Amino acid sequence: MITINVLFFAAFREQLDCGQLQLNVSNDLTVADLKQQLAEKGSKWHTVFSSNTLIIAVNQELVEDEHRLQDNDEVAFFPPVTGG
Amino acid sequence: MVQTSIKVQTEDYVLNDEIEKLEANNTLDGALVTFTGRVRDNNKGHKVTNLFLEHYAGMTEKCLADIVVQAREQWQIGNVCIIHRYGELNLGDNIVFVGVTSKHRQDAFNAAQFMMDYLKVKAPFWKKETTEQGEKWLDANQSDQQEAQKWS
Repeated sequence: MITINVLFFAAFREQLDCGQLQLNVSNDLTVADLKQQLAEKGSKWHTVFSSNTLIIAVNQELVEDEHRLQDNDEVAFFPPVTGG
Repeated sequence: MVQTSIKVQTEDYVLNDEIEKLEANNTLDGALVTFTGRVRDNNKGHKVTNLFLEHYAGMTEKCLADIVVQAREQWQIGNVCIIHRYGELNLGDNIVFVGVTSKHRQDAFNAAQFMMDYLKVKAPFWKKETTEQGEKWLDANQSDQQEAQKWS
């Protein structure tokens, strides 16, 4: 098992009523696997993870679904950015 | 020695102080370009009363630093300062400041525009506006993506 820290921002954080989550997950988990696991937590989670505008960062770098997670990774899910 | 200053903060800044810092001990550069982004009272036909900005602490600073590195690779620029605020903001408040010096104006103009265009589509900030219809997280603008793509 590995431990990861999952973060949600902006609209996703509010929709899920969750900013941060520590999870123990199996080794060799990909981001896609994690998304699937989280989507099964309930209807709100399913909605967020069905979004086609979900952006993923691992350790503060953008990654794609195939990215493989490691122990102590920080995994962030957020909508398209709107700063400036 | 050129300087880069990146600040992500809730508090406001004083424009003249930032300009003085960019110009201090710098007689090499003849050009200074600054951009200020402020909270508008209108967006897509709606009257805006407040703006809330959230960001991803840590990733934001890294992302802004990376944008400055990319600007330095493309233009001959001197000192650079980027300030971006977050939290609760009111109408007319400053949101973002980009300041850049260069020997001649073209590099500073281009670098300032590039940094703003990239910041808008890369830096992890999110705006939630309050209008007469309530609160709403803003959707990303396609036009911002197009502005950023013109540099690639």
